[in-house]
Amino acid sequence: MTPRFDFDLIASWIPHGARVLDLGCGDGALLAELGERRGSAGYGVEIDGERVLAAVSRGVNVLQMNLESGLSTFGDDAFDFVILSQTLQAMRRADLVLREMLRVGREGIVTFPNFGYWRHRLAIARGRMPVSEALPYQWYDTPNIHLCTVKDFEDLCATVGAEILDERVLHEGRSVQVLPNLRGSLGVFRFRRRA
Amino acid sequence: MSTTNATIAPGSVGEVVPQRAAFAEPLALKAGRALSGYELVFETYGELNAARSNAVLVCHALSGNHHVAGFHRDNPGKAGWWDNMVGPGKAVDTNRFFVIGLNNLGGCHGSTGPASIDPATGKRYGASFPVVTVEDWVESQARLLDHLGVRRLAAAMGGSLGGMQALQWTLSHPDRIAHAVVIAAAPKLSTQNIAFNDVARQAIVSDPDFHGGDFYSHNTVPARGLKLARMLGHITYLSEDLLGSKFGREIKGEDYGFHYDVEFEIESYLRYQGDKFAQIFDANTYLLMTKALDYFDPARAADGDLARALGAAQAQFFLASFSSDWRFPPERSREVVEALVKAGKSVSYAEIDAPHGHDAFLLDNALYHRTVAAYFDRIAADVGAGARARPLIIGGAELEEMKGYAGTREAEP
Repeated sequence: MTPRFDFDLIASWIPHGARVLDLGCGDGALLAELGERRGSAGYGVEIDGERVLAAVSRGVNVLQMNLESGLSTFGDDAFDFVILSQTLQAMRRADLVLREMLRVGREGIVTFPNFGYWRHRLAIARGRMPVSEALPYQWYDTPNIHLCTVKDFEDLCATVGAEILDERVLHEGRSVQVLPNLRGSLGVFRFRRRA
Repeated sequence: MSTTNATIAPGSVGEVVPQRAAFAEPLALKAGRALSGYELVFETYGELNAARSNAVLVCHALSGNHHVAGFHRDNPGKAGWWDNMVGPGKAVDTNRFFVIGLNNLGGCHGSTGPASIDPATGKRYGASFPVVTVEDWVESQARLLDHLGVRRLAAAMGGSLGGMQALQWTLSHPDRIAHAVVIAAAPKLSTQNIAFNDVARQAIVSDPDFHGGDFYSHNTVPARGLKLARMLGHITYLSEDLLGSKFGREIKGEDYGFHYDVEFEIESYLRYQGDKFAQIFDANTYLLMTKALDYFDPARAADGDLARALGAAQAQFFLASFSSDWRFPPERSREVVEALVKAGKSVSYAEIDAPHGHDAFLLDNALYHRTVAAYFDRIAADVGAGARARPLIIGGAELEEMKGYAGTREAEP
């Protein structure tokens, strides 16, 4: 698994004792880290049985559900933070998931591979779909069906009524200041429901 | 069997001997009556640790009993009903946990029930045996724990009706249970479930041999009614796909016989199952168990608000359901999960992909057993029961449980 450069940044945003919902929690690594570092309590949502097992083994609370239909399990404002870490691009309806995040959590955090990253653009310019560390699949077997750029995601936030509180584009763990949509490989957004 | 040193399968607890405990203090029942005194038959596996912190209570389903794991000397070929789950190295690892299985009050495998002698009359209880509920069972189980010197359970665990008992434990005795493992269960029966149960009960009570529940004194049993009840129940514990793939439209002869005798394989199978069950199970116990299922509804005391009802719980929860279970489908487990989340409780939930239907909770399934094992590792860490000493052993149940009908395993709500 590629190192999760978004974890440090996310952890820095979560206050102590916050209630967290981690959508597409995988093996529960982020929740375990947040529990250790921030004393946060919460649940992960994961659809894959092997990953659910891994999360149970880690000692985090995980619920095996399809997050594209299962968020009705959670009430309005049930969590302080709802996190969607490197999962957005695999959603069938990313817009609806984002709307549900705004309903269930006071704040949302989304991270995703930036399709505007120059290596991806270069691959396209050379006539091929990009295959990289961040996007390790071939076009025909990839779970990443809805790739977007940082600018695309800004537009989606406006569409679904999300007010962006913080926006970073990372590359190998460092925040990219100059031409972020070109030079950064990982978008990290923090937002809340527009009042 | 001629050998006395038969090889014990890896992961088996080996030969076990049932024990009995008598309770003289009357048990006040939810129905408003009291049972003056009673006996429970039980088995234990593994050792209670010095801190008395590693006890796991396994609650049985409709027709289950105290014989959870291992084998009895007089029947070494027949393992306990959850032998694939409980044993040294298995998901519920008896090298680390002290596991208790019992036959519930009202049962017909040795605990006080309708076929027992009522000390007040010197005759069998029969129809006069009181209706007992899941809450009553939990009280009787708590007394068994007192008897065994167990103050607080590491976990209560069960599938189906057994899962309901594990859930009730967290509400009746929140300070006496650390974890509840609730498998293929529901927060209450659906209308359809109650309907199935009532058809089963009607089959029994309308059998002329039932004699209003006092068939014992007539030296008969309502075998036809019990058989029908079992046939109906069995259909609902299996998935349509499983029945279809096992039996299809196979017929006994070459061509249709144009008669009303047994012809399709599924007819033969169900009758076999029904007959076998009617020989070993008590009709009054069947009525009682189905009623206990119908009455279970912890949210009722909280105006139907399950989250509020579960607010009393202090335990941590693990739930699992099975994709093809249409008697206790995943949605019913998700109702419990939803309420637990709303109540802010610690809960994990696995939805296991399995083709068998409700019975899947008793059958071998690697991911299911590995996930339960992982949760029990958490319980072990939580209660100081130590680490797993050997790799997980999965298996023991016949996956081809219907092969040739003989030796068929059964499960019930």
